[in-house]
Amino acid sequence: MSEAMASLPATTAGVKRRDGAAGDRIFYWIVLGCGLFVLVALFAAAFSMVWDGFLAFRTFGFGFLTGMEWDPVAQRFSGLVPIYGTLVTSALAMIIGVPVSLGIAVFITEVAPRSIRGPIGGAIELLAGIPSIIYGMWGLFTFAPFMSDYVQPVLIDWLGPIPIIGALFTGAPLGIGMLTSGIVLAIMIIPFVSSVMRDVFLVVPAQLKESAYALGSTKWEVVRDIVIPHTRTAVVGGIFLGLGRALGETMAVTFVLGNTHNIAVSLMEPGTSIAATLANEFAEASDDLYRSSLSALGLILFVVTFIVLAAAKLMLVRMARQRGE
Amino acid sequence: MATHSGSIYRRRQIGSMIALSLCGIATVVGLVFLAWILWTTLIHGLSALSPSLVTEMTPPPGEDGGGLANAFMGSLLMVVLAVIIATPIGVLAGTFLSEFSRGKKIGEAIRFVNDILLSAPSIIIGLFVYELVVRPTSRFSGFAGGIALAFIFLPVVVRTTDEMLRLVPDVMREAALSLGIPRWKVTVNILYRAASAGILTGILLAIARISGETAPLLFTALNNQYWSLDMSQPMANIPVVIFQFAMSPYEQWQNLAWAGAFVMTAIVLLLSVGSRAILNRRNAK
Repeated sequence: MSEAMASLPATTAGVKRRDGAAGDRIFYWIVLGCGLFVLVALFAAAFSMVWDGFLAFRTFGFGFLTGMEWDPVAQRFSGLVPIYGTLVTSALAMIIGVPVSLGIAVFITEVAPRSIRGPIGGAIELLAGIPSIIYGMWGLFTFAPFMSDYVQPVLIDWLGPIPIIGALFTGAPLGIGMLTSGIVLAIMIIPFVSSVMRDVFLVVPAQLKESAYALGSTKWEVVRDIVIPHTRTAVVGGIFLGLGRALGETMAVTFVLGNTHNIAVSLMEPGTSIAATLANEFAEASDDLYRSSLSALGLILFVVTFIVLAAAKLMLVRMARQRGE
Repeated sequence: MATHSGSIYRRRQIGSMIALSLCGIATVVGLVFLAWILWTTLIHGLSALSPSLVTEMTPPPGEDGGGLANAFMGSLLMVVLAVIIATPIGVLAGTFLSEFSRGKKIGEAIRFVNDILLSAPSIIIGLFVYELVVRPTSRFSGFAGGIALAFIFLPVVVRTTDEMLRLVPDVMREAALSLGIPRWKVTVNILYRAASAGILTGILLAIARISGETAPLLFTALNNQYWSLDMSQPMANIPVVIFQFAMSPYEQWQNLAWAGAFVMTAIVLLLSVGSRAILNRRNAK
């Protein structure tokens, strides 16, 4: 065997090496091409929406963002109503979802016995795996009736008479509407937000916590004054990640928001969101201006979620870097 | 004095107890909703299950009977198409990130964009593929649906391939390269083999994710009431059929929607739980 290797002509080895070099170059170009494909995909998506939404922006100008009209028959479109619905449902989702996510993360990392941490964490993450259309069906057929029978009448009776904030809780208990959508969205973002929080809580140096305990801090004081301040950036990053999801969530909201072109102060009222408007109307939009207006709404959603997700990513990267250094 | 500081201490203890109890309640709330959603799907779904679900086509409005056979087939075809398109691109792009972009700005940029695509609203992908495929060919089609799913599939595969390859110790690369093996052979024969289980898990997770996607199919594949294997035509698929049937006023349609929802949720959760379990077991070793 060693004889065979020794008798191997030098030229063959040289050719082999050169073959390898050529192969390496080709392989490099292939993987680079695929990598760049990912980069191009995002820009192509953005460009296609700008391209298609251009007609709407040119026709309606800045008024597209501020007008309330949405009339396919009269060919007049403007985006304030769906934008408002998107913002209000997302805000409700954050108000409800963030404290619950924080509680879950604290419970899993600080309170629960080691043996049940994994199963509880896994169960909560299971929520993220359920397809969003299932949330929609559950929301429409089970949760909305529950809201209209048990929750909304109580809210209307108790909070309705209070001045100023009472206006948020007036009207008929329909079940569907802004509040129900906000709650369903909150349930959907909880697994994402709480798993980011849990992961960063776990890397808080034990010495930091131990020294606080040594000074006589209670468990909650350690969480409030050591764990959360130490992981602030990543916690906010996780919240932004959840916000990005809430803003763009389509199917669940389409089921429970009511899809009426309507702005109301009361959270009990139905409305619409950008994603729900697109889901309901895009396939039927026959003429160019209608379709362009929907694409323009899509572009607005895309830009907003891009900014939110980019901010989330930057904050999480900064935290990871801190941890690494 | 002692009693005073004692009462402060007790108050802080009580405060801590209340806060931590609230955390416990938050966890219970999360678990209750999980159980509630799964229970609803199970109850409605099981009562609507029947053999005709997979043997008959979607029924016309208001008619009894019927199943979802064409929709299951359509979903299967589109998911397979997405996997065929996006797996090679995703694995190779992930390879670029982990093996060829160390310390380069372009790698950072691609990783950033990939993470954005990973959480971007899927309905935006639907709009994009509408412009890309449906408009030029001027018809909704199974191809368009598969391509839309491929764009959602891609970033998951890129990310897991990147992460799994980076877990392979550098010693392995160095040992292989020091034998004079070309880099591409090292990557294909050694690194891919070492990371194969992880990459496969990523692909399974991605399949779970696209199997339940509805929004991007609403205006790419649309729907079709009949049995069709022609991917250049509009194509029935489970998520869109569930959406239409659940929103309809017909009880039979709603029942079928629940049956479809049950089957889809079961498949998606089995895929994601199963692949996660494999991954966790490997990581624990």
